[in-house]
Parts: sequence; structure tokens; C-alpha cells
Amino acid sequence: MHTTIYAAKKIITMNPNQPVVTHVAVRNGRILGAGTLEQLQGWGPGTIDDRFADKFLMPGLIEGHGHSMEGALWQFTYVGWFDRMDPDGKTWPGLKSIDEVVARLKEIEVGMDDPGAPLLGWGLDPIYMDNVRMTRADLDRVSVTRPVGIMHASGHILNVNTRGLELAGLLRQGNDHPGIPLAGDGLPTGELKSPEIMMPAGKHVGMDRAFLAADANGLRNYGRLCVRAGVTTSSDLGQQLNDDLVNLFTDVTNADDFPACLVAFRINFGMSPAELVDYTRSLRERSTERLDLGRIKVIADGSIQGFSARLQWPGYYNGSENGLWYVAPDQLAEIYERALAAGVQVHTHTNGDQATQLAIETLEAALRKHPDFDHRFTLQHCQLASAAQFRKMGRLGMCVNLFANHHYYWGDEHYALTVGPERAERMNACRTALDANVPMTIHSDAPVTPLGPLFTAWAAVNRLTASGRIQGEGERIEVAQALHAITLGAAITMKMDHLIGSIEVGKRADFAILEDDPTAVPASALKDVSVWGTVQGGRVFAAADI
Amino acid sequence: MRLPVTVIAGYLGAGKTTLINQLLRNNEGWRLAVLVNEFGELPIDSELIEAQGNGVISISGGCVCCAFGSDLIGALDGIKALDPPVDHVLIEASGVALPGSIIASVGLVDGLRADAVVVLADAEQIRRNATDPYLGDTILRQLAQADIMLLTKSDLVTNEERSRLLDWLRSKAPQARLLPVSHGEVPISAVVGALPVPARGRKPAADAHGQFSSLVLTPGRPIDVRRLAQALADDPGVTRAKGFVLTEAGLVLLHVVGHRYSVEAATGDHSIGVVCIGLKGRLDVARLNRAKSDAEVAARPVFQANRAILPNPE
Repeated sequence: MHTTIYAAKKIITMNPNQPVVTHVAVRNGRILGAGTLEQLQGWGPGTIDDRFADKFLMPGLIEGHGHSMEGALWQFTYVGWFDRMDPDGKTWPGLKSIDEVVARLKEIEVGMDDPGAPLLGWGLDPIYMDNVRMTRADLDRVSVTRPVGIMHASGHILNVNTRGLELAGLLRQGNDHPGIPLAGDGLPTGELKSPEIMMPAGKHVGMDRAFLAADANGLRNYGRLCVRAGVTTSSDLGQQLNDDLVNLFTDVTNADDFPACLVAFRINFGMSPAELVDYTRSLRERSTERLDLGRIKVIADGSIQGFSARLQWPGYYNGSENGLWYVAPDQLAEIYERALAAGVQVHTHTNGDQATQLAIETLEAALRKHPDFDHRFTLQHCQLASAAQFRKMGRLGMCVNLFANHHYYWGDEHYALTVGPERAERMNACRTALDANVPMTIHSDAPVTPLGPLFTAWAAVNRLTASGRIQGEGERIEVAQALHAITLGAAITMKMDHLIGSIEVGKRADFAILEDDPTAVPASALKDVSVWGTVQGGRVFAAADI
Repeated sequence: MRLPVTVIAGYLGAGKTTLINQLLRNNEGWRLAVLVNEFGELPIDSELIEAQGNGVISISGGCVCCAFGSDLIGALDGIKALDPPVDHVLIEASGVALPGSIIASVGLVDGLRADAVVVLADAEQIRRNATDPYLGDTILRQLAQADIMLLTKSDLVTNEERSRLLDWLRSKAPQARLLPVSHGEVPISAVVGALPVPARGRKPAADAHGQFSSLVLTPGRPIDVRRLAQALADDPGVTRAKGFVLTEAGLVLLHVVGHRYSVEAATGDHSIGVVCIGLKGRLDVARLNRAKSDAEVAARPVFQANRAILPNPE
């Protein structure tokens, strides 16, 4: 029964009764108490640990919508526009031209032994390069002997070189598909658009199952990224969990040095609604200290920038056809009813406002059959929700997790192209959600955007686009609200607020250790607050050593 | 020969599962591989199940059933590797999937041939679903992507209603061959197609339910296969056609399903002849023979062996 008392320059607790303290005592991985040194010494003898004396502590940050795939992706080469930090802590500078992309891949290429092995890059985003179109000739400059591919940041386009096209059987005349643009010679340019085209070709350029699914190394890398971002708990929002995968997650997270708690949701693919609910409920008892199971993720529609989200009238600003359903409305209803009856929580991905409306109406009907006064069914992304939809969600007891990072990365696109100015201004309406009493958190959707709750909080507070415009002044929130969203807010949406999300007696000893005070720096500098590391379950993880 | 893949689509309740069960029970000696999103609602008779595990159910007669979840391409790779090989793959699309996307994907996988999109429409539900504010546009897009459309449960509506429905479906899917299904009697030959005669020592499946008739076109000389293929694809009486013919460039195997056709180079010893299957009373023998003669006359060495899939220029 050893007690450690940490002293800090400032401890932001998220406990309104004592918002700021100087010391926190930890025993058996839990918070024995927060307060002054004198107050904590009342618990009996303990070791005073001064290593954080010049640091700022917050509750461990919580990512409510991330994917451990972010860890797996770093087995491939990052070629995106923005600087991005890998699990080793190395920052890969953003690449600003096709030449720079080719040069980075070439650099990796010369270090590879097997001349036939595939080389895969990820994160390319041509919208920042005046929408330049990469061709197979560009990637042939990297190699003509090995298949080379680049997955775009959107996840909707794969570029491959000539060798890659050849292996995929596509280097021929007569490809007749809108997802395979052809050059003047009648052969594919090397751009492959839409998942149904990318998947058959992708495996030849290294998009194998390790790329697509969880593996042990990817999970460990994700854990390391969590430490660097100050994250102590992260959802893994949507895995096709089965017994094998659960065993893998259990083994990896049980390791003494695994630095985070993963909340792994069972996605609604590959199982009927009855199986999905029964299996997910059965997983709950397999939860451990660092693996929390027993929740369902349903995907209702696609993405707005991919024009596959389901929009209400009047639809897409550029006139694109409405998007795609990924779940049948009747199936959604069956999942909701069975889950409510079984007491299993469901988080539903709804990007477009029509998908949001369907989820709201479907839940209301299901609640009439199976009333539940604390279901906390949560809409994920929910980017286009209207004020009326938030009011309805509030009355129905729903929660929301808004995609605040989107304003920065794709806000200009949304304004000009996808939904137009008026709806772009209201996207990810944090202020409206809070006003409607909808418990709210915000997310990165890593690897879609980088894991980093402080950046996400900055995005919700400032609502700046990549071009520097403020988009949606009226939906900006206060720093304190944003910090609440990335701690207690996220915990509430996952029904874990009794365990995590604030620094108060009885909770898990999860802290983000910061070099600066996020409540004292200018709001515009929130994203620049540096993270020293974390304490998770009482274990100390320095980013520098992870 | 590439492995044919048929996508079976349609909203929940349209009868996809019933169809697949019927095909498995009455497989007429075909080894079928069925890919479903999930096993949940597929009540395969337990006496048919030989083994089960790893997401695969082995069914008597050499058939298999797999749940593919989110990895269709991986599941197809698994099917391709089966030994002994299967004869035909059926993919059960989810109720809101667009089958055109799935068949396009299949067409890009080495060793597979995009055979057909079969869309099922429930006579009692289809009009209501097509006007549903959430579903309507998805339903109409499914119909527009059909090569073959089955109007299921058509015995549950009046003759007048059925006739109105057929007219409406024709207006929404003018490209599709439309087949009414009564009392759950699914025309198997329409879904999985006829084999070239007499390659497997079986009669062309013309067929158990007496709904279809068939005839064989036997060109007497090398033909312009694309001309014949296009004529058969344009012929509203032909539901399916398949067979080996000689071209100036050598032996080829021709497939026609509704308005979709494909031609692939073939080797080996095969009887020449194209089996055409259509609804009884709709096969126009004279017209089909004319198509054959035209293709004989038009023959010239145009076949490009590297162009394995000839897109329908429609």
C-alpha cells in the first residue's frame, strides 16, 4: 500500500469543487486524493515525488474517436502535406510538391533489399497542391521494378506506378470504369478512385491485412503515440472484434509497459444484429484495466468530402448525387432495439444530416419499446447536425462527438465545394451542442487526422481553416469547455466518467503532463502546448523514453 | 476460364436469403460459393452442412458459404484458392449496397469474371421502399444497376397490380431482363447461367420450373463474336447465353447476361455452340438465327486477345 504524492506547478482537476490544486496522491494506480500536501499527508506516510514540480497536470486526455490503425500506418512511409510525428517521436516534415513526395519514397526505396517488395506511402493530399494529379510516371521515378503505391489522406484515392498496375492486371486498354481515369494512350493514369477499385489493386502495393487491420506492433505503436499526445484512454472506434482479435488486444494491452487504456468497439460488420448485440454484451466481462469492451459502433453513411455522406435537402453544394447508406434503416432499428434491451451502448457514425436524422428518429422509436434513462447513445462525427437536431438529441439523452479537426483540414473544401458557406459555418457545432445540453466531446478520427486532443481543442476554440479563415465564429467554444470536452466530456460519452476524466479521489491515476498551462497560454497557442508524457494507472511514461 | 461471379442485391425482405438457400439446395451439380455479409439469417439446412469453422461453412455437393464482413476481396481470394475449385460465386450484397460498385470491383480481380447483377424486388414492398425518404434513391439506383431483375412474391399481388408493377420496373430499369417469381420458385438457370454444351455432360438447364426455354446457335464458320454478343445482349428475349465459338483469332468463350456480355480467349477441345436461354415464348428463333448469320458474314480478324473484358458500349 505504497502512496506517492506528486507535486506540480499546477494541477487542473476538472473537479468544480477544487478546480486547481498543487498535489495529487496515488495509491495502487488510483487517485487517493487531490489537494494541498498537508491535506494529502493526512492519509499517512507517502513518498513525495517532485519530478513534475515545474509541470502542469491535467486529467489524462481521452480520444473518443480514434483508430489504432494510426499506429500500424507508420510501418509505411508518410508523404502528407502537414508535419507529422511518428511513434518514435520523429517529426516527418510535410511535403509540398510531387517532387518532394517522389524524393522521400526514393530515399526509402534505396534502402530496401528485395527489388520486388512493395513500397507504400500514405497521407498524400493534393488539395493543398492545387489539386495536381499524380501519375504512374511520377511513381515510376521511384521504381520500375517494385510496385509503388500512395494512399491519399482522404482514403478515397490510391496512386500506383506502372509495375503496380501491371501486377493488378490493369495495365491494358479498355478499362471502362469511372474510378480508373485513362491517359491519352488509353492506359490508366495510375490513379485509382473509390474503395471497390483500390482494394483489388491495393494488395499488390502493400495494402495487406496488416495495413487494414490491427496487429500487435501497430497497437504498441498506437500506445506510444498516445503518450506523446497526453492521451491515457483512447477508443478504438470500430474493430471487427472476434475471439482471436480480442485475445490479441488483451495480450498487447496487458503488458506492464502498455501505456494506455483502449476502449475497443465492435463494428457492425460481419454479424447480424442479434449476433452483434449478443457477442458485444458477452465481451463486457472480458474487459481489463487497459482494455474496455462491450460497446457497438455502427456506420450509417459515408464521408462529406468523399460525397458519400447522406445529406438532407438540398444536398451537396456542387450538385453531387446523395451519398451512400452503410446500414439499412431497418437493420439500424433492429440493432438499437436489441442493444437497448440488452443494455449495450451504441455509437453511430453519421456524417450527413440525413443520417443524423435517421439515427435520431430510429432511436426515439426504439426507446418507446425499450425505455432506458441512461443509454448515452452517441452520434460520432455528426458534422452537419442542425440546431433542431441537437435539441432533439438533448431531449432524448443522446451524446455527441464532433469532428472539430475537420475545420482546419477540410474547412475550405466544405465552404467552396461540399456543403457551401452556410452549412460549412455550422459544421461541428460545439456551441449549439452544449447549449442544447448534449454531452459533447471532440475528436481527431486518427489516422484521418493526427491524434492530439490539444490540437483538437484548439480547432474547436479557434475554428480556423488551413487557409487561415475563421469558419463559424458563432460555434467557437471557450478553452475551459474544450478542455472539458477532451477529458470528462469524452469519458461521459463512453460511460466511463466514474473512472476517468477528472483528477479526484477514487478515479484512475491518469494524468497528462504538460510543459505549459493550457488555461494560461493564448487560445491561439493551445495546440502548441508541449506534452512531457503521461501517468496512466499510476505508471509514469515520459514521451522522451517511450 | 475465369470464375464467374454474380452479385445478388435488393433491400431487406426482397428474398435474397431465400434465393441463396434454394440455389444451395438445388445446385444441379454446380459447386457454388456463396459470400454473405454475415451468417446471421442464413438458415442452411443442418443436414447439408458438412463442416464449419473460420467463417466458412462447407455444404454437401462441394458448395461453400463464407461471411466476408468488410473484406470482400480477401474472401474472394480465399474462394479462388479452393481445391477442388468452385463453378460459380454468388455474393449477397447488403440491403443498401449498390451492386454496380461490387461487380465493378469483382471485374478487376484476376481470375474472376463479372457475370451479372441480379436485383430482387419484393412485389409488395418495392413501390413503398422506392418512395421512402431515406431509402428511395438507393432503391432506384439498385434497380438501375440490374442485369436481371426478379420480381419476388409476385403471386401475392393481383394480376392487375403485377402488370402495373412490371411496367413500372421496366421504366426504372429498362436495361434489365425482368423475371416474375411466384411461390418462391426461383429460376436457377437465370441466376447462375447455362454451361457450354456439352462440356460437363449435362443438358442445358432449361429448366426445372418450366419457365424457360433454350436453343443452341451453332455457327458453321469463324464469326465476329462481338457482333453476335451485342445482338444477344440487345435481344430482350435472351436472359442468358453462353458458349464457345470460333473467331478469326481462335477459340473464345462468350457470356451474355441481360445486356452485359464478355468474351475471353479459350483453349482446349470444346464443342462449338452458344446456348441461349429465355422466358418461354420470348425466344425469337428466327431473330437469333439472323444474329448468328450476321456475325458469320461480318467476321474479320478484330479480336484482341489482350482485351479480356469487352465493355458494353451502351
